[in-house]
Amino acid sequence: MTTLANPVKFSTAGSAKGAAQTINPLDLKKIRADFPILAQRVHGRKLVYLDNAATSQKPRAVIDAIVRYYEQDNANIHRGVHALSVRATEAHDGARETVRQFLNAGSTKEIVFVRGATEAINLVAQSYGREHVGAGDEVLITAMEHHSNIVPWQILCEEKCARLKVAPIDDRGQLRLDEFARLIGPRTKIVAVTHVSNALGTVNPLREMIELAHEQGVPVIVDGAQAVPHFAVDVRALDCDFYAFSGHKVYGPTGIGVLYGKAALLDAMPPYQGGGDMISSVTFEKTTYNSLPHKFEAGTPDIAGAIALGAALDYVSELGIDNIAAHERELLDYATEKVGSLPGVRLIGTADERVGALSFVVDSVHPHDLGTILDREGIAIRTGHHCAQPVMDRFGVPATARASFAIYNCREDVDALVNGIRAAREVFA
Amino acid sequence: MTADLGELYQEVILEHSKAPRNYRKPADANQEAEGYNPLCGDRCTVYINMDGNAIRDIAFQGSGCAISRASASMMTQMLKGKTKEEAAELFEQFHRLVTGEKESVEKASELGKLAVFSGVSKFPARVKCATLAWHTLQSALEGKKEPVSTETESSS
Repeated sequence: MTTLANPVKFSTAGSAKGAAQTINPLDLKKIRADFPILAQRVHGRKLVYLDNAATSQKPRAVIDAIVRYYEQDNANIHRGVHALSVRATEAHDGARETVRQFLNAGSTKEIVFVRGATEAINLVAQSYGREHVGAGDEVLITAMEHHSNIVPWQILCEEKCARLKVAPIDDRGQLRLDEFARLIGPRTKIVAVTHVSNALGTVNPLREMIELAHEQGVPVIVDGAQAVPHFAVDVRALDCDFYAFSGHKVYGPTGIGVLYGKAALLDAMPPYQGGGDMISSVTFEKTTYNSLPHKFEAGTPDIAGAIALGAALDYVSELGIDNIAAHERELLDYATEKVGSLPGVRLIGTADERVGALSFVVDSVHPHDLGTILDREGIAIRTGHHCAQPVMDRFGVPATARASFAIYNCREDVDALVNGIRAAREVFA
Repeated sequence: MTADLGELYQEVILEHSKAPRNYRKPADANQEAEGYNPLCGDRCTVYINMDGNAIRDIAFQGSGCAISRASASMMTQMLKGKTKEEAAELFEQFHRLVTGEKESVEKASELGKLAVFSGVSKFPARVKCATLAWHTLQSALEGKKEPVSTETESSS
């Protein structure tokens, strides 16, 4: 399929009429009203939710999709001839098509529903990895990976007596592309990299990285958990071999995520789990596996989750992913300037290309104490190591505070954060 | 600052967090243990010099938030000269205080200065910060080899 199925997404900055506009305050008010949870007060204060890199809030459209499914269509898929099963199957298939369009994948065969990015990476490590990585081979990751893109490879390397290689980052939290290129060698069997660092917000130069790996014939799996919510991802333009993301970080529910994989690769891979739905016939002597993507979806899937993820991606597409990107860009610049210029604040991660998150430490205020003090102001941020302990070690801090943004955040949220940081410094002055 | 925060970050706690007592590694320590909170990355090492059943000297080192530093600091002050059993009893009471079990608030006087940690009970997410040093102490007293983690310990 060569038509652009999702015109909103493809309104590139290059074409004058498609140039992304910053969402004006009126729209933002309307958008905020789409998220019921934002209306509440926390500790008597207006909720300022700045923990979106951990999980995003859900719009009414997503909540309604879950309710509607269970109230009207709930049935198991791919097996019943009755009306409910047909409706549930159609809705589930429809969600897969929505995901395909969102990532611009070539076929729904390449869209595997999983529990989240973590399971997607484990699937590739356990299926593709166990088949292709042997003793003395190497798996290459980067120093900015989330634990979910480190530990599955450590498990694999341990089992296969293979070696895990780590491409370093510089003092601003940017990948050392020269070192990365140098580390891809004849023993490298898989490159596993994050698109966007969850702890630092760094956007990796993925196109170049994938080209470098492909020059050596090495496939690349991308952890896109922190990218998909923030800008348009086109898996065919990237030419990545696998791409993983979680639904709950892009306004969908928890428990559902996606593994994109090139059909030729997925086809050749052994199943990840065995069970119902992933087979076409079973006898005690021999089982024939189902076609893609069902081969990798053993058991009754999270049907409601997939449908609600489809609703979330529809919501994003209606707003326009480029509009979201522009709004968040403006907000992150504002936050970087405001928070970064506070006395006693040190930003952790100052890459040229950043999205979504601002990580920082405050002199004399431990991130945990800052988190508690901000919470009492109704401000939710993440404090800790962000499941990226090697990143913390790289910057010589045990933990950071991280404010992370979504479509519904506004300048007032950043102002509240800035005031909260000032108040915390006073407590510990 | 809200009333809850005022109770959590009492002057004594802030003061101890800024200038923790017994923050050192004693040369004559004969027992030590490492504690770790994997959720936030806080680390604490407790050093003890045991004289028979009595704690002759106790000190700590590590990195952590104000609550965990102040708790470790005041714990070392309280325990010098105490027996193993007295230390265990104090931990039991301290744990009940910070988790907000009612009777312990009445008993808070027995905890002496440690009663300033009663405000922690309104911040469930911070209980582990307050008890990290104590879990580590328990491990040191029992002579455990593996670092203690707040996520694998039983509730006390």
